[in-house]
Amino acid sequence: MEALAHLAAAESKTVRVDYFALLKEQRGLASENLETRSSTVLELYEELQKRHGFSLKHSSVAVALNDEFADWSEKLTERDKVVFIPPVAGG
Amino acid sequence: MFTLSDTPIDADALKRLVNTQEAGAYVAFEGWVRNHNEGQAVTGLEYEAYEALAVKEGNKIIDEAQKFSILKAHCVHRTGALKIGDMAVMVVVTSAHRKEAFAACEFIIDEIKKRLPIWKRETYVDGSTSWVNCAHNHEAVHETAQASGAKS
Repeated sequence: MEALAHLAAAESKTVRVDYFALLKEQRGLASENLETRSSTVLELYEELQKRHGFSLKHSSVAVALNDEFADWSEKLTERDKVVFIPPVAGG
Repeated sequence: MFTLSDTPIDADALKRLVNTQEAGAYVAFEGWVRNHNEGQAVTGLEYEAYEALAVKEGNKIIDEAQKFSILKAHCVHRTGALKIGDMAVMVVVTSAHRKEAFAACEFIIDEIKKRLPIWKRETYVDGSTSWVNCAHNHEAVHETAQASGAKS
């Protein structure tokens, strides 16, 4: 059972990630659909940070899941839209 | 109401939007693009917004400002390329008496700057560019949602 639960957690899913500002520059594109085995939004950020060399630590970034601010511990599900929010500078 | 605009903000139109016969006070704040930031000469800038969430959060802030017993409030924030002197943001508030309108106007602009997913890329005289609060501030910690420190 334990092994099965572990498999479920690591199940691959396709999510959409949108990028803005510095992260868009560092990723080189504004949006992508990608397949991931990350189970939380934090794991996904760390996975992408490693792959693309994002300079911002997750502690200075916020995250939105399906157009709502979310916690880093939030679980990813199939077809989620994820946006990582670098330090803002409106006004 | 909160809106984003990729064209110049019409201050008179906004004023008319919050006009009501019950109002005894009208307070407006305009944020302008200035020619310097943190010791560097700025020649222009660009605002980028995560529209779906910025509009949602902006409207939440306008709703929260009702705690000041105001009559009407509206805020518009620019996106796209702006020049020195252009209006980047405008907040308009009406209330029966001035105190509430001043307080609500300040509350709205402060929260807008702190909470909205909007970013600013400055261009400097030497042609270089930088995302404000991102480039030299990697350790910045988000408050509710974001880093603080920007001043307009």
